Amino acid sequence: MQIIVCLKQVPNTNEVKFDTKTGTLVRDGVVSIINPDDKNALEEAIRLKELKGGTVTVISMGPPQAEYALREALAMGADEAILLSDWAFAGADTWATSLTLAHAIKKIGRYDLIFCGRQAIDGDTAQVGPELAEHLDLPQVTYVKKIIYIDNDKAVVERALEDGYEVIEVTLPAVLTAVKELNIPRYPTTSGIMDAFNVKKVSVWGIAQLASAAGLVGLNASPTQVKRTFSPAVKGDGELLTGSVKETVQTLLKELQEKHVL
Amino acid sequence: MDFALSPKHEMMKAMFREFAEKEVAPLAAELDEKSEFSWDLYRKMGQIGMFGLPYPQEYGGAGADYLTFVLACEEIGRACTSSAMLINGQNSINSGPIYRQGTEEQKRKYLVPIITGKALGAFCLTEADAGTDASNQQTTAVPDGSEWVIDGTKMFITNAGLADIYIIMAMTGTGNNPKGISAFIVEKDAPGLSFGKKENKMGVRASQTAEVILQDCRIPKENLLGKEGEGFKIAMQNLDSGRIGVGAISLGIAQAALDESTKYAKERQQFGRPIGANQAIQWMIADMATELEAARYLVYRAAWLRDQKKAHSKEASMAKLFASELAMRASVKAVQIHGGYGYMKEYKVERLMRDAKVCEIFEGTSEVQRMVISRAALT
Ligand SMILES: Cc1cc2nc3c(=O)[nH]c(=O)nc-3n(C[C@H](O)[C@H](O)[C@H](O)COP(=O)(O)OP(=O)(O)OC[C@H]3O[C@@H](n4cnc5c(N)ncnc54)[C@H](O)[C@@H]3O)c2cc1C
Ligand SMILES: Cc1cc2nc3c(=O)[nH]c(=O)nc-3n(C[C@H](O)[C@H](O)[C@H](O)COP(=O)(O)OP(=O)(O)OC[C@H]3O[C@@H](n4cnc5c(N)ncnc54)[C@H](O)[C@@H]3O)c2cc1C
Repeated sequence: MQIIVCLKQVPNTNEVKFDTKTGTLVRDGVVSIINPDDKNALEEAIRLKELKGGTVTVISMGPPQAEYALREALAMGADEAILLSDWAFAGADTWATSLTLAHAIKKIGRYDLIFCGRQAIDGDTAQVGPELAEHLDLPQVTYVKKIIYIDNDKAVVERALEDGYEVIEVTLPAVLTAVKELNIPRYPTTSGIMDAFNVKKVSVWGIAQLASAAGLVGLNASPTQVKRTFSPAVKGDGELLTGSVKETVQTLLKELQEKHVL
Repeated sequence: MDFALSPKHEMMKAMFREFAEKEVAPLAAELDEKSEFSWDLYRKMGQIGMFGLPYPQEYGGAGADYLTFVLACEEIGRACTSSAMLINGQNSINSGPIYRQGTEEQKRKYLVPIITGKALGAFCLTEADAGTDASNQQTTAVPDGSEWVIDGTKMFITNAGLADIYIIMAMTGTGNNPKGISAFIVEKDAPGLSFGKKENKMGVRASQTAEVILQDCRIPKENLLGKEGEGFKIAMQNLDSGRIGVGAISLGIAQAALDESTKYAKERQQFGRPIGANQAIQWMIADMATELEAARYLVYRAAWLRDQKKAHSKEASMAKLFASELAMRASVKAVQIHGGYGYMKEYKVERLMRDAKVCEIFEGTSEVQRMVISRAALT
């Protein structure tokens, strides 16, 4: 089974700090990690490989230091790594990002399964996975929390919903996006880390290697216009209802009705 | 000159830290309280490859180096000294003698299981009357046909009773002569091998310490390690890596003491402001932070020298001496900064202070380190 995992290197913080003047991310001094959901995607891919054989290829678009996110993936057990890094790719929105990834995946050629994380903890849009499926004209299942069955032609998966889950059968190749409930990612072994640097390699593709994507990547090919970036105002304190259970429930129901929640 | 860790070492360190925070730290207080060795942690560390860091991959090691070993001891030591001792022991004194002096067969049979986490090791030098004066060995080994017969009692042995493989020092020559000492490999089920009661210790309580008793203990001839008469040399050579390891564990303890202190100094309010607003507290923290940096580079450099295959006995002693005494000082200060709360078991600093003490004692007391260092300085 040929599996491709898209992973993004992100700053290790849930609270992305903005420079309010420039409207950009303050990345200084923040340690970079593999986006958490992408680690679940990678773990599942490695488990499938261990079960079914095949290869896991990891691919990331980002600055040169994203190499280390890919090396960590190699240390965990991925076989091949491709870094999409070029000034031409810079400033991409989700559309341009997913299109660049799609061109790279087409160039790789062979795949049964493409895994993304549900969402990146910095960009936070959860758009890249679904867009990628559209660009590649593949079926997609988002929020995958369990793979129940898989062979070379189809997969049966559980798709997480807010209050339950759906069981979905999908033909392969397909794009799946992973949520953290899918598994607990392994620690890379120490010899895995050594091999990730000394034996395995990270190929770097720039626009020259992705000629098919010329003119379709980076800031100029990004339809999104960012008007302003800001931290939303902090929500006010909640209201605490006191009294007997009966009283508080009645007050609550009344207030919810007044606010047209019920 | 370059003080930065390589990306490879950074990745190792990040992994050790994550493992320490997620797997080790949540268990540390309870293991200490119950004085319990965690087989589960031992297995997990073995699977990740934390026991064979400086050894080649052909023996199941990581193919990394002593700097990586230091990072592992330091990061795990931040969470739990006992668990860090396991990493130190398996990577150094429990395995080094077999790696360096063992035959190919001994390496396959004993080294591979130890460094892949399938067998726990122990290193048995100390006796009731052979502590600092380690060459005063009373344990004897006498050849008898195809066997060695070993008699004696080893004291304060880490992992005694739990370990599968014991490296034992015993006299094969005569008199109080280091050249009369030889090293042997004894398996747990060897006839005549038994264990004394588990010691009830001040600190590192999740590391088991007990006597190893050899009474007419018979082992095959081929379990002699190295040549006859080389035992003391083997012990001393491998203590250098163990000392670097204890230095690194001490860094972990001191770092934890500093982390807890800065956190508490910002949180705890007295006289209407955080205690950290007082210069008395600030100065304690400044000293801890400064000395920790100094200790860290002594330890890292000793490991680096070893990796470069350069002489490093003196530097290993300096690193061990300075870092362990710092761990003690810093943990005492950390308890002081916590006031009465620091004296209670609910706070980590209480355990840090008990754990720190042993780092000044085992693998050569501070006095022994000063002897090594002054000997080098005076010649
Ligand atoms: C502060 C800030 C400013 C931004 N400014 C702009 C801007 O000016 N103009 C603009 O157009 N966009 C901007 N973006 C959006 C940015 O381009 C997106 O972060 C990027 O396109 C990916 O989207 P996402 O992070 O929401 O990922 P998601 O869609 O949330 O990611 C889902 C999954 O897709 C995969 N994935 C996502 N990105 C990559 C990647 N690079 N390589 C490999 N796999 C990947 C991963 O598997 C990931 O889990 C900004 C984002 C931030 C946080
Ligand atoms: C928790 C723990 C685990 C241990 N694990 C092991 C193990 O796995 N294997 C093993 O072999 N040993 C182990 N030991 C033993 C340890 O190495 C010894 O305790 C240590 O070497 C000191 O020996 P001693 O206890 O006999 O002290 P002593 O040698 O009696 O020393 C008492 C004091 O006198 C000082 N002193 C002695 N001689 C001199 C001198 N010439 N000049 C100045 N001062 C001197 C010492 O520094 C010390 O302060 C362990 C000990 C502990 C506490």
